[in-house]
Amino acid sequence: MMSANAVIFYMLSVFVLSAGILSVTSRKIFRSAIWLLFSLMGIAGLYFWMELDFLAAVQIAVYVGGIVVLIIFSIFLTEQSGREMQGPPLARNIFSLLAVAFGFVLTWLLIYRYGFHAGGRKFDPGVGRIGSQMLATDGQGYALPFELASVLLLSAMIGCIVIAMKTTKKSDA
Amino acid sequence: MNQVPLSHILFVSTALFFIGIYGLFSRRNLVCMLMAVELILNSVNINFVAFNKYLYPDRLDGFFFVVFIITIAAAEAAVAIAIIINLYRNHRSIDVEDATNMKF
Repeated sequence: MMSANAVIFYMLSVFVLSAGILSVTSRKIFRSAIWLLFSLMGIAGLYFWMELDFLAAVQIAVYVGGIVVLIIFSIFLTEQSGREMQGPPLARNIFSLLAVAFGFVLTWLLIYRYGFHAGGRKFDPGVGRIGSQMLATDGQGYALPFELASVLLLSAMIGCIVIAMKTTKKSDA
Repeated sequence: MNQVPLSHILFVSTALFFIGIYGLFSRRNLVCMLMAVELILNSVNINFVAFNKYLYPDRLDGFFFVVFIITIAAAEAAVAIAIIINLYRNHRSIDVEDATNMKF
C-alpha cells in the first residue's frame, strides 16, 4: 500500500516524462513548446513535493513565465507554427534511439548498483536561511557568484540587443 | 516519513536527461534543440535538489547550484533566441543544416 506522498510523486513523474517525450517527438513546433511548458510545470510540482516552495516559485516564474514565453515568441517570429515539421531520417532516428537507450541503461545501472542511502535527517530550506547564505561573504556564502550572475545577466541583455538589432545600411539613404 | 527512495527520483531525472538528449540528436530545428537543452538542464536541477535534500540535508549548496543554473539558463535562452532571430533574418531558415557559411 503506497502512501499519498508516493502516489503524488509517481503521478508527477509520469506527467513530467510523458510531457517531455511528447515535447521532443511532436511534429508541430508550437505543440512541442506547449508540452515543454507542461513538463516544466510538472518539475515545479516535483519541487513542491520535495518541500522546496521557493525553488518551485522560481521555476514557475523563470521557466514557465520567462523562457517558454520567449521560445513561443521566437517560434512566431521564425516559423509557420501550424506547419508539420519533417521527421528525422530513419537512420538518424534509429541511431539516436540506440544511443539514448544505451546511455540510459548504463547510467541507470550505475545508479542502481550504487544504491544511494538517504540519511533521513530533516531538511530545512527556509527562505531566511537561503537569503542569509546567499549574501554571506564567508566560506559558506554565495555573495561572489551572486554578483557574477548579475554581471552575466547584464552582459547577456546587452549582447542580445546588439545581436538582434537590425543593422541599417547607410548606402540605402 | 518519506517512502519514495532516492533512486526513483534519480530514475526520473535520468530519463528526462536522455529524453532531452534524444531531442538534441533527432531534431534539426534550432528552436527544438533549444527546448531539448532546457529539458536537460531541468533534469540536472532535479538531481541537484534530490541529492541536497536526501544526502546532505544540513547544507544548501545543491539548492544554490540550482538557482544559478536557472539564472544562466535564462541568459542562455535569451542569447540563443537573439542568435536564432538573426540567423533567420539572414538565411530565412533556422535549420542547422542550412547554416553552412562558416563550413570549411
